[in-house]
Amino acid sequence: MEQIITCINCPVGCRMTVSLNETGEVVSVSGNTCARGEKYAHQECTLPLRMVTAVIPVANSDVPLSVKTAQPVPKKLIFAVMEELKKVQVAAPVALGQVILPDVCGTGVSVIATRPLL
Amino acid sequence: MTNVTDILIIGGGVIGCALARELSRFSASVLLVDRAWDVAEGASKANSGIVHAGYDAVPGSLKAKYNVEGAQLYPSLCEELSVPYRQCGALVVGFSEEDRDTLEDLLSRGEANGVPGLRIIGRDEMLALEPQLNPDACFALLVPTSGIVSPYELTFALADDAALNGVSFRFGVDVHSVSRESDGRFLVSTSQGDLFCRILVNCAGSSSAALHNQLSSVKYSITHRRGQYYLLDRPAALPFERTIFQCPSRMGKGVLVSPTVHGNVLLGPSAEDIDDPLNTETTQEGLDSVMEKVRLTWPGVSLRTNITNFSGVRAHEDSGDFVIGAVEGCPGAYEALGIESPGLSSAPAIARALCAQISEEQALTPSPETVPYRKPAVPFREMTPEEQEKALRENPLYGNVICRCEVVTEAEIVQAIHRPVPALHIDAVKRRTRAGMGRCQGGFCSPRVASIISRETGIPLLEITKNGGSSYLLTGTLSERAERKDRT
Amino acid sequence: MIREHVDILIIGAGPAGLAAAIAAREDGIDSILVLEREAMPGGILRQCIHNGFGLHRFKEELTGPEYAQRDIDRALELKIPIECSTTVLSVSKDRVVTCISREKGLRLIEAGAVILAMGCRERPRGALCTPGTRCAGIYSAGTAQRFVNLEGFMPGQRVVILGSGDIGLIMARRMTLQGAKVLACVEIMPFSSGLNRNIVQCLQDYDIPLYLSHTVTDIQGRERLESVTVSKVDERRRPIPGTEMVFECDTLLLSVGLIPENELSEGAGVVISPATSGAVVTDSFETSVPGIFACGNVLHVHDLVDHVSNESFRAGHAAASYVRSEKKPGLMLKVEDGAGVRGVVPQLIRLAPQEPVTLMFRPSGVFRNASAVISCGDKELMRRKAMIFTPGEMAAYSLKPELFAGLDGSLPLTVRIEKGDE
Repeated sequence: MEQIITCINCPVGCRMTVSLNETGEVVSVSGNTCARGEKYAHQECTLPLRMVTAVIPVANSDVPLSVKTAQPVPKKLIFAVMEELKKVQVAAPVALGQVILPDVCGTGVSVIATRPLL
Repeated sequence: MTNVTDILIIGGGVIGCALARELSRFSASVLLVDRAWDVAEGASKANSGIVHAGYDAVPGSLKAKYNVEGAQLYPSLCEELSVPYRQCGALVVGFSEEDRDTLEDLLSRGEANGVPGLRIIGRDEMLALEPQLNPDACFALLVPTSGIVSPYELTFALADDAALNGVSFRFGVDVHSVSRESDGRFLVSTSQGDLFCRILVNCAGSSSAALHNQLSSVKYSITHRRGQYYLLDRPAALPFERTIFQCPSRMGKGVLVSPTVHGNVLLGPSAEDIDDPLNTETTQEGLDSVMEKVRLTWPGVSLRTNITNFSGVRAHEDSGDFVIGAVEGCPGAYEALGIESPGLSSAPAIARALCAQISEEQALTPSPETVPYRKPAVPFREMTPEEQEKALRENPLYGNVICRCEVVTEAEIVQAIHRPVPALHIDAVKRRTRAGMGRCQGGFCSPRVASIISRETGIPLLEITKNGGSSYLLTGTLSERAERKDRT
Repeated sequence: MIREHVDILIIGAGPAGLAAAIAAREDGIDSILVLEREAMPGGILRQCIHNGFGLHRFKEELTGPEYAQRDIDRALELKIPIECSTTVLSVSKDRVVTCISREKGLRLIEAGAVILAMGCRERPRGALCTPGTRCAGIYSAGTAQRFVNLEGFMPGQRVVILGSGDIGLIMARRMTLQGAKVLACVEIMPFSSGLNRNIVQCLQDYDIPLYLSHTVTDIQGRERLESVTVSKVDERRRPIPGTEMVFECDTLLLSVGLIPENELSEGAGVVISPATSGAVVTDSFETSVPGIFACGNVLHVHDLVDHVSNESFRAGHAAASYVRSEKKPGLMLKVEDGAGVRGVVPQLIRLAPQEPVTLMFRPSGVFRNASAVISCGDKELMRRKAMIFTPGEMAAYSLKPELFAGLDGSLPLTVRIEKGDE
């Protein structure tokens, strides 16, 4: 199976053709112009990861709290993470980096605050 | 809310509001209704803002009569109501010998109408007065008494003065039909229920003929003529000191290039006949046609500083003149119908004349006392530093600038929200304060204005609109969609 | 009227103003004041909750609020006073700044040096002359971002985005994650000005189509937006009749460019460059008015905040030198835009500079395998090849002082892009 992806590492935006075998392993990458492209192609075609950022309402503040996953999470879980975040209750004060939701969707990744809220 | 009134004015444009103000000086209950959610929402907010000197109208026509009378009332009226008005003068520019003949005609018409100071000038004088003009122009009619005004601000001031003196305003009222009850009163059936009145005044602009034809056997017909405009950002130096008209010719009426009272530059209007008077969209063809003609006046025009486009629909009565006075064959009903240019210039005189006729024929008695007009505070940006300092001491809200393009403070926005005819949506605040009128067109201030309206009125933020009706700004919170009753 | 004095006054506490203030303080300037019109410092980064900031400067990917907090914390550590909810009304030629706030009223502040760091604003619909109705539901992408990220409200549910700049792309994803349906992203140019990463992660991840060489040609809706018409455009960006597509939507987000916010600069008599819409500056970021400096997006619109901070540190240092009267500008070398180049900053360089000079500019189009060439008359000072130049990415080249040896200012420096094989 072949997959065509755009490299995101730099503005060149190489169009890469990635060949995968039946078990989903990358067999070859072509069209890239550097090693970073090849590495990205492997990751993107086997387990694409994304950071998720969002805001959640704060019980005692007009300003919502901005949060992020502390590490990237599997791309297919983005909407599941958003759903989990809808259930989170939080009240000020919040410190920058404070864990708002540990182990979101069983990923082992925490959702943390990206700003302090007094 | 009572549905019974002595006098019902249909239409809250500049004519309806000017008349409401005149009638508020009598002991009669007056209700003004409008289909839109504010006054000045029709042609009164979207026109050239020119107070014409009166050289254009055919001598003897109602247009000529009211234009000349109205223009004379403007300086003192605008002074009294603190409305921006400036007698900047005008040039009517001609490009050929044929145009010269037309200019001579305009000159003699103007003289017949009693317009002072008219003079035809040659190219050198013209270019000395307005160096940005196309040097291909040969002659111009110089019109020293031509003026510019903010037409919506005038309407707001007239409405506020009327409201202070007891006139009620009701918005979002679509008039379905008008008939006469057995007791002689009018029954006006509307989208907000039935209204009853003894005296009915039709100031309904584009709908005025439809309304008239329900009341009288004499029929009128209105053509809806749309005009599209460009509004350019305030330049460091105005390209033209005066309003520049093109000589009317076989090719059409031409377009104008004019400074506005706020220092912007207005280009337009186009002229196209349309079916639906509420269709105030702009079109590529319409805008292109304006630009093509503008280049003739102003070869150096650039759209780099365009900040918005808009259009307004003029109500052109097919006979070509205003229809003003009692509705024929329908005692108790009055009208100002077919009000197109020079309608804005004529408005103060039309209102006076109609009021005089109504009060006399209907034996209205003057009100024992009138509430003097409450002038809105001088805009913060126009105050001297000393005045600014004083204003800030008295009201700290002046210290919070909400619209950074036009420097409009929170104090001014709060005042607009609490004017006698209150500003309850974004556009209403915008036209009263200029917040959102600048080069970013509300990108920065509209969320802030929405919050202030919500705070001052108790209307939830999700119910705040751009200009009333269902023009909601927001569709919900992050977790749920807004549930709303249909308001229209 | 209260009249105060400070050595350096900085207008704006976004990333540019904060970096300039930090640099000036680190150079030992005691009397510094930062004025900010918002209730909190941080500027536009406060609403940019996505990640991707700081890769160059901090070698890690931060969100906007995190990036801003690092500078805010540093400024607090250095005890730099930041007065928020304070709007500057005017700056005079002799550096008297008039400002107002609820708490302190109207004030006049004399400054030894002023650093302009007001940032930029979004171009509105009027800049495009897009015809149609003037209904609710048309927002600049940044306004929508503010509603969602700072106020917690949704401005719409069915969305078309005009312009494929990064803010538009980021908002496509943001609205989608909050349950809105983004129908299309429409770009009048044949290429996107956004980062590839954003095209992949904000559009492709959510199957949002990107229509290049298309634009919005009609907007319909009496009260709230009901539909927009999208047409293909020809090489001269004119709509091609017969290519219309109608999208039923309640929201149109505009991401059609940013303009430096220079009203205060113009009021002070600062000369503005038509190419950047920002001030004309020297290599020490001094404008045409002595003692008034400019940096960040008010000077020219940047691609990355890292570059804003970097530039603003240098502006802060330069302002510190100025108030100590360490350097007097002498004769200047002019810098001009050559082929393929738009808006080189700085536009003026002191003859025989003592420190490296960084030249920044935007390519005027997409050039593959091309070279950036800096020359003066017949003398070529620098030639750098790159696989790609795009308008979305700022090009920056640092020139060592020795390269300027022998230049006397009689000829300008020209920066151009020399096309290679496509």
